[in-house]
Amino acid sequence: MNKYPAWLNTLVLVILLAGCLLALPNMYGSVPAVQIADNDGIAFDDARLQEYVQAVADIGVSPEAAYLQDGRAVLRFEKDVDLAAVGEELKDRYGRGASVAQTLAPKLPEWVRDLGLSPMSLGLDLRGGVYVLLEVDMNQAVLSRLQSYEQDFSDRLRTAKIRHRVELVDQVIRIRLTSGDDMLAARDAVQKADPDILITDGTDGKSLAVRMNEAQIKARRDFAIDQNVTTLRSRVNQLGVAEPLVQRQGEDRIVLQLPGVDDPNKISEIITATATIEFRMVDLSGDEPGSRRYQGRGSEPSAVLKRRVVASGDQIIDAAAGFSEGKPIVSITLDGAGGESMLETTMNNLKKPMATVFIESHREQIRVGGELRYRDYKTEEIVSVATIQGVFKNKFQISGLSPGEAGDLALLLRAGALAAPVYMIDERTIGPSLGQDNIDRGFNAIKIGFLAVIVFMAIYYRAFGMIANLALLSNLVFITALLSWLQASLTLPGIAGIVLTVGMAVDANVLIFERIREEMSAGQSPQVAIHTGYEKALSSIVDANITTLIAAIVLFAVGTGPIKGFAVTLALGIITSMFTAIIGTRSVVNLFFGGRKLTSLPV
Amino acid sequence: MRLIRENTSIDFLGPMRRKVALAISLLLVVASLASLATRGLEFGIDFTGGILLEIGYEQTADMQTIRGDLARDGYADAQVQRFGSDDVVLVRLPPQEGDGEEIRNRLRATLESGGEQIDLRRVEFVSPQVGAELAESGALAMVVALMLIFVYVMIRFQWKFSAGAVAALAHDAIVTVGFFSIFGLPFDLTVVAAVLAVIGYSLNDTVVAFDRIRENFFALRGRSAEEAMNISINEMLARTLITGLTTLLVLVALLVLGGESIAPFSIALIVGVIVGTYSSIYTASATALALNVNAQDLIEPIKDPSLIDDLP
Repeated sequence: MNKYPAWLNTLVLVILLAGCLLALPNMYGSVPAVQIADNDGIAFDDARLQEYVQAVADIGVSPEAAYLQDGRAVLRFEKDVDLAAVGEELKDRYGRGASVAQTLAPKLPEWVRDLGLSPMSLGLDLRGGVYVLLEVDMNQAVLSRLQSYEQDFSDRLRTAKIRHRVELVDQVIRIRLTSGDDMLAARDAVQKADPDILITDGTDGKSLAVRMNEAQIKARRDFAIDQNVTTLRSRVNQLGVAEPLVQRQGEDRIVLQLPGVDDPNKISEIITATATIEFRMVDLSGDEPGSRRYQGRGSEPSAVLKRRVVASGDQIIDAAAGFSEGKPIVSITLDGAGGESMLETTMNNLKKPMATVFIESHREQIRVGGELRYRDYKTEEIVSVATIQGVFKNKFQISGLSPGEAGDLALLLRAGALAAPVYMIDERTIGPSLGQDNIDRGFNAIKIGFLAVIVFMAIYYRAFGMIANLALLSNLVFITALLSWLQASLTLPGIAGIVLTVGMAVDANVLIFERIREEMSAGQSPQVAIHTGYEKALSSIVDANITTLIAAIVLFAVGTGPIKGFAVTLALGIITSMFTAIIGTRSVVNLFFGGRKLTSLPV
Repeated sequence: MRLIRENTSIDFLGPMRRKVALAISLLLVVASLASLATRGLEFGIDFTGGILLEIGYEQTADMQTIRGDLARDGYADAQVQRFGSDDVVLVRLPPQEGDGEEIRNRLRATLESGGEQIDLRRVEFVSPQVGAELAESGALAMVVALMLIFVYVMIRFQWKFSAGAVAALAHDAIVTVGFFSIFGLPFDLTVVAAVLAVIGYSLNDTVVAFDRIRENFFALRGRSAEEAMNISINEMLARTLITGLTTLLVLVALLVLGGESIAPFSIALIVGVIVGTYSSIYTASATALALNVNAQDLIEPIKDPSLIDDLP
């Protein structure tokens, strides 16, 4: 009686070993490191990695380890290295195309890394950093689209020689015609501009009200928020932050998480930074007054461009990659003013090359004689040169690109500027000193609480108490393993969840042991008492834990920030403690006591 | 070793005791609700919106100077208090005009005007709008959790038990929140999480007791529901107290060692565990008894009439 089959014992052992393995990366501690990521998200190869190692070697530092992780290069150093100097050197050499972040990296041996294992990631409250919740001004996003419609309609009506006045009030474009006879023609002209737009006739018989339909408004809002996320992400990359998070949240919010940043002013920079596009004609003669040479981005050759800007990024309403006649293209939509200028230029410059220039303003902190100062600079690069094939105005296409390039260009064009203004509605900065404090205190609380429970259980339930303690210990290992595996961030409330789990985890064993005691005092033999104790306690344990799990899941689903962190560890703790208490301790109890002749039990 | 002697037979649910327990529970709940209605809660900026600064000083912070500097520069409504130790100060401000960077720099200038070196350990700007949303989602979480738990207990047991469980949980949640109101403790988002954990914990206790009651309703046929429940509670007494004790051990460790920012959370859980242990003994069972719960309630109805082959 009370014997587990060999396979079950093996399974318990395998799960325990797997837990130990997954939890292992947390044992190594961290060392200073730099993390280099490509700004356009291109994965690095070994050659790139070696290049960085060489660059660092040039200033007389050799990394303790250098490897690629998720396409990013990581150079790890001994504790006493001057990380700032290394970071500066790499930034000077590669700062334009790649983001260089100074950070801490776990000191994992190669074989652990090769298995794809990594330690728990710490939340901002533990490692320090900045959390920002932004709200996107959606009305503005829709309004700017309506403004370009307004311009477009006006142009079309003028071309059709219909006398009119246009105004935009409360997201409705009102077109007043001088003569009611023009109604049909006006309606036609507007509908041609966009077949999906909603047009209603005014009661006075000589006006039209035009509004975007629901789908168009939703599309515009989605476009605005997605573009803002893209823009902010590329801006964050230039900040040089290791593992930044930029994520859409709900209908109109964007979350930024920047671990390790202790100067929240950097966030304001990201939000106020500007990047834009300009279209300029190539100066083929190369000696027109005001012309100058622009560098090409990547493999794009440099060229001399004319002074006059044909159209600029703030006039771009939309940009999308696609195909025309089987060839990759980027479709661009300009607003009214941009369209007029483009029309004039293309009429006079057929078959001549026009360049697209990408312009970015940067601000970075630099150290001048031991003092931190800001330095502003601008990069202007040609991203493509295309020959004008016909006359066009606000809608046109850029061709002559590879499919990848077309996608990238569309992204860049859209990422240039924010589609709609954003406002900070929640901003939390945790300084590095508080982060470290929180870690120290949190783990201290876990240690002492854990010890207190262990001592109590050992005294109260003797040998069985020690088995429960074993379960408790493996429970901690399992929680650590799961957090590392799922890469869920551990936060301070998360630590509280673990502490609470430690207290509650013994509950299942207490239930079982009390039941065994009861069975014994009811006159059952020890073997029967063990068997009945586990069996009868099972339904209580499952019912009780499932109800707590319900609470944890609700917390996770409805809660935000700190509540979520708590819910995750609580839920994981419930699951692992059920396993360790019911199956784990049973296999140990069976191993020690199963099938033997016993007269009493050390419970 | 035993804390409780074997085979206790304390009469928890006798008519007199039940009345006393009811009176105590009512008193606690009424006092909590009264305090919530009159004094309200000391809401943190999570819910009200505003600015919070946690500032580390090199030496003991001079509260008088800090308050004076803030008042001089137009922050007369700032709340300044020590936070955990002498050299850490917490400053709370209502929402301010202007952008974050500007406000932050102005505040820093104010705080450093006396020439002190300060370490801004934590800076939080929460808009009132986000605060309102967080309060709403916290309340929603609580209601949804209670409803789901009610349904689960109803499926596993029966509605009278559900009512008992939810009464006990509501009792615990109200008394825990009431404690924060009566003693004017800061109520932030982590406290909401703690109250939900209390609900989970207390429920755990209650369900374990119900489970035993169900078992005994069948094992002890012929006894009254009151007797069967009383025996069940006595049988589970050791387990209820020991689990409460181990949980309290770690919570006290968390309160003493976990640092100031997690203290409200620890306090909420400590209060909740104590109240929850009491309520799973009294409130839950007494409510079910008041609803005339009996063994018949737990017998599964026969669902398929074709199984009954001998109908009159």
